Amino acid sequence: MTAGGVTRELGIPELSLVVLVGVSGAGKSTFARAHFKPTEVISSDFCRGVVADDENDQSASADAFDVLHYIAGKRLAAGRLTVVDATNVQPEARAPLVQLAREHDVLPVAIVFDLPASVCVTRNAARPDRDFGSHVIRRQRSQLRASLRNLSREGFRAVHVLRSEAEVASAVITRTRLYNDLRHESGPFDVIGDVHGCRAELESLLASLGYVLSADPAGRPVHAAHPAGRRAVFLGDLVDRGPDTPGVLRLVMGMVAAGTALCVAGNHEDKLLRALRGRNVTVSHGLAESLSQLSAEPESFRAAVIEFLDGLVSHYVLDGGLLVVAHAGLSQRLQGRASGRVRSFCLYGQTTGETDEFGLPVRYPWAEDYRGRAMVLYGHTPVPAAEWVNNTMCLDTGCVFGGSLTALRYPERAVASVPAGRVYYEPARPFAVAAAAAVAAAAPAAPAAVVARREPDVLDIRDVTGPRVIETGYVPRVSIREANAAAALEVMSRFAIDPRWLLYLPPTMSPVATADHDGLLEHPDEAFSAYRADGVRQVVCEEKHMGSRAVVLVCRAPADAVSRFGVPGGGAVWTRTGRPFFGGALMAALLDRTRDAVAAAGLFDELGSPWLLLDAELMPWSAKAGQLLRDQYAAVGAAARAALPAAVSALATAAARGLDVAALADRTRGRLANADAFGAAYQRYCWPVAGLDGVRLAPFAVLASEGAAHAGRPHAWHLSVAARLASADPELFAPTRHVFADTADAASCAAATAWWRELTEAGGEGMVVKPADGLARGQQGIVQPGLKVRGREYLRIIYGPDYTDAANLARLRSRAVGRKRSLALREYALGLEALDRVARGEPLWRVHECVFGVLALESEPVDPRL
Amino acid sequence: MLLTITTTRPPATDLGFLLHKHPDRVQSFGVSAGTAHVFYPEASADRCTAALLLEVDPVALVRGPGEGITNYVNDRPYAASSLFAVALKDVFRTALTGRCEALPALAATAIPLEIRVPALRCTGGAELAGRVFGPLGWTVSAAAVPLEPASWGDSAYVDLRLTGVVRLADALNHLYVLLPVLDDAKHYWVSTDEVDKLVRAGAGWLAGHPEKGLISSRYLAHRRQLTTAALARLAEADDIDPADLDNAVPEEEASADEAPSPDETSPDETSPDEAPTAGEAELAPAEPERALPLAGLRRAAVLGVLRESGARSVGDFGCGDGALTAALVREATFARVVATDVSARALQQTARRLRLDRMPEASRARLELFQSSLTYRDDRLGGLDAAVLMEVIEHVDPDRVGALERAVFGFAAPGTVVVTTPNREHNAEYGMPEGALRHRDHRFEWDRAEFRDWATRVAGAHGYAVRFAGVGAESAAGAPTQLAVFTRLERPGAAA
Repeated sequence: MTAGGVTRELGIPELSLVVLVGVSGAGKSTFARAHFKPTEVISSDFCRGVVADDENDQSASADAFDVLHYIAGKRLAAGRLTVVDATNVQPEARAPLVQLAREHDVLPVAIVFDLPASVCVTRNAARPDRDFGSHVIRRQRSQLRASLRNLSREGFRAVHVLRSEAEVASAVITRTRLYNDLRHESGPFDVIGDVHGCRAELESLLASLGYVLSADPAGRPVHAAHPAGRRAVFLGDLVDRGPDTPGVLRLVMGMVAAGTALCVAGNHEDKLLRALRGRNVTVSHGLAESLSQLSAEPESFRAAVIEFLDGLVSHYVLDGGLLVVAHAGLSQRLQGRASGRVRSFCLYGQTTGETDEFGLPVRYPWAEDYRGRAMVLYGHTPVPAAEWVNNTMCLDTGCVFGGSLTALRYPERAVASVPAGRVYYEPARPFAVAAAAAVAAAAPAAPAAVVARREPDVLDIRDVTGPRVIETGYVPRVSIREANAAAALEVMSRFAIDPRWLLYLPPTMSPVATADHDGLLEHPDEAFSAYRADGVRQVVCEEKHMGSRAVVLVCRAPADAVSRFGVPGGGAVWTRTGRPFFGGALMAALLDRTRDAVAAAGLFDELGSPWLLLDAELMPWSAKAGQLLRDQYAAVGAAARAALPAAVSALATAAARGLDVAALADRTRGRLANADAFGAAYQRYCWPVAGLDGVRLAPFAVLASEGAAHAGRPHAWHLSVAARLASADPELFAPTRHVFADTADAASCAAATAWWRELTEAGGEGMVVKPADGLARGQQGIVQPGLKVRGREYLRIIYGPDYTDAANLARLRSRAVGRKRSLALREYALGLEALDRVARGEPLWRVHECVFGVLALESEPVDPRL
Repeated sequence: MLLTITTTRPPATDLGFLLHKHPDRVQSFGVSAGTAHVFYPEASADRCTAALLLEVDPVALVRGPGEGITNYVNDRPYAASSLFAVALKDVFRTALTGRCEALPALAATAIPLEIRVPALRCTGGAELAGRVFGPLGWTVSAAAVPLEPASWGDSAYVDLRLTGVVRLADALNHLYVLLPVLDDAKHYWVSTDEVDKLVRAGAGWLAGHPEKGLISSRYLAHRRQLTTAALARLAEADDIDPADLDNAVPEEEASADEAPSPDETSPDETSPDEAPTAGEAELAPAEPERALPLAGLRRAAVLGVLRESGARSVGDFGCGDGALTAALVREATFARVVATDVSARALQQTARRLRLDRMPEASRARLELFQSSLTYRDDRLGGLDAAVLMEVIEHVDPDRVGALERAVFGFAAPGTVVVTTPNREHNAEYGMPEGALRHRDHRFEWDRAEFRDWATRVAGAHGYAVRFAGVGAESAAGAPTQLAVFTRLERPGAAA
């Protein structure tokens, strides 16, 4: 502090570009070091050093300032306060900085060091690296003096001038919060769309939301409060067009003053304010109604209105940055920033510069591109019904045009609305009141079970490409490499179904560690010991069906599909890589049968969901993989059966001649037996189908339903659901045989092993051992969701007919499952995250990011035999 | 895998001298694929049979240094293939040269021979065996081996029997070269220089062979056939043949300067510049477009539209192997060329065709080549004067075409959009059966009315005017290729 004890407080917005202005030697760098973090300050000297190895090389100035502007731009884009330490005494040096601040919608602030020239000359003389003469200082100082009165005009929103060494020494920087920054306010809120003078509807909406209204002696509502402390947030356009603008203002102003409501400005408030202040505005779009209604009010009320309107901020950032409210919405980049552009977006929205056939501006669909973390609630453009678009929602449901007045309860995400009493104002563009809005209006207090969503039918390529890191609730950060994303993009684009259906892709599954006994490569003991080591005692052993993985999304009715997923059709069935299962008619038939079974089992009602997502295996294997079976498995079998008997016979003839071919003949006969066993192995999983006849579907998990992901449910529940489907339609649905085991109980493990032997000796593929409780966490995070234990004969299909020969087995046992394990866990985490995002009602791009990630990971190099 | 060679020319046991293998011994040789055994099931003065039995080590095969996609379940341990051909050469090296110091006259003489290969994959049908061995003096029998279950019909394998009077060294050379030709598998299993040797072994008799073109192209076509590894893994995860996934552009023919072969085996093909693009790679059944220079006509028509539009910046969306991109880069009036494809292989081929790494800086600066997808929105595709979707839309699933419309006409919104696609009505002119598509990856082909309906609707929805044209010889069924030119309308109130 200074000797005098007087401090000079310099207010600086938290997010701003601070431009230091002063001649060389004025003490700018020293000041910056004292008041800002070193990383917040970018000095031109430093940049000169970076580009020219010499901080005083004036010939490098142009490049140095390029670098300075570049760094400052990156910091501002990231929302970081930035201090520019350069002389900045010439207007042409400051102009690009003001421009930079505007580009990033932050406020430019100047701190001017207007010190006597003598002080600076003395300081420079003391520095051996500053060899320029005092004439330079004098020239800079005269430039600075000439600049002083112009700084505000140049665009600086705050200008602090320090005129003496003492003032510099006494200065204290105070970082001030922006008006729009209410991140500390966490609600709960009831966010209300455009009221437009519809006082009666506002009163009944508030009442339906539980607010208690109070009136002044004349009986006019002047205040409302919620017993649970909820607060209303008004999205602007309280005024104009409607029957009682003064009444609406009276109530909202009372609530805002009392702290039970927040309100942002709408374009109609902006114009009304200008009109009330006597500015020359075109009286249109319902302004006349407001002016005439207000003219009947006393002067004191009009003055209070002017004061209220003048104080309205254009947007608020609430609840730690998770909620943004603005009249016309706000793109992610502009949230929490301050500029003319921000205000203009908030009040008027973004337009394409074109007008439609009704003469109204064509709006830019910013919400369809929206990728922000914050939920954005807005009004401005009347819509038939509120719906989610990428975590944004327009709550202007055209009350004044005869629609309804709508609120969204936050954080509950429930919509409430009341119907308009009548059409108060004819819209310029015909306004359709949707059936959905009418239904919602019929039961004002009851939030709709499923709020409609409108997902853009085209996602942005930046949502999926390039190297990515996806945060999940299970594995903190899952990295996707660029090359794998590129492969996934090709497959997703060329072969996959509509991303609006594709809520999930199944993860790969690891086999157990390699067994070293009984002539086996995989043995149940390894599964039990692995889970025992992870602290999982109860496991379920499920029969592993040998077919093709199928994910089934089934909707109760086509209307549910359109409303929830925005796609016509009753659902979809897809493969491990997102390809549609079967052609259109067969898929439709499969969905119909599934829908009927789900309905008959009462699952839509039980889960309170109009749709269900099932994980299943579809059999026979030949139904989907017929081509592969013919071209590869059956082909190998045919070649073996053609070559080996001929070889056996040639060897027998040679032996008859007395040649010693005994060992070779033995081996060849063994190969023939192996080839026969191989043929039997693949043919077990093939049978003819005609249409759906012969097709079996074995669901083994209910992945998700509206508002819920079910990974945390015990497998007993999932299997019971599967059993109910199997009893509803035993022809199509196959049950999944299973036994439970206790990994700490040797007898229990032995019994499960015996069950596995019986299963595989009868031709079964094998089993999957899973933690009985479903999702399980161990010491090191989540544990493998399942470990497969495949049977001896089945593995011929994987490792070739001769893998059981001792020499081959010995070499195959050196397989390493580590990478596969890691991959399985990362894919599992991404899949669960996708389902959680679906359950939370997050936008499609957030879901697709995870699903795409699973596909990308699937293209990582891992031994495909595992 | 097994091969037997029998002669009935007395004394038949002289076969042992010709093969340099004694009829009363069982001999084993280590070869790259495993162990080769030679023994004689029969050895009398009237009839002598030598057998070559190759025991392939299936585990080593997969785990060996071989490149590409390997699988434990494969036919290499059983069927004759390039792997077997290499073993044949290793074991009968001297016999292949025709040298026999003991019986030089016999080695130079055509003798009666019977050859049996019980499992040979004969790609293209059993009759092909007759076409390639017949002209060399063999009587050919090729019986198809059935699949199991029998309801699946015959496999691609045949039990091959050749009888004829042929010099033994010639017979061995025929087998050495032609067994892999019939197998027609990708040569994952043998090194590149072995493939080169196979080709050279044809010297002397291949030049006059009526199937010379097929024989040489089957080698060259598969020399470097490596499916993008990441895509192959995705195919494998979903029980699909990798070739069915990585099929955005046709397999590349080896170009002349890469081929190690003597002149007579160089590919009798058009220059790479005229190589067919995705649209006509697998034209069935008579490859009609190969006969017509339709690909060239189509490019010329598209270039004509672009020139006429006055476009300076042009997008080639779905550039395939880059034939159009190359033409665009050649014209300096196109100051900016944005070529994209979703297929990594297509981008590689385009880069190679354009010799991207050797391109002059001025041309290189005009070209942007990157992966994009037409079913995602991509801001990098915005702001172009014109864009071309040449033979692209028919590769998109019908229920995803809507996404393409939005991405191209809604978001990228070039001033002019040129779309070409096959005219299904014209397929009959090629003798194609009803319902057949011109390419395996075509998801649909439109007739003229369907194309017009689609284009008119899209134009209306996105503020474009549209006009139509045909490319190629018009018939009553229309031209083989249909073309639509969309021109963006200035919307009312839009800033000039």
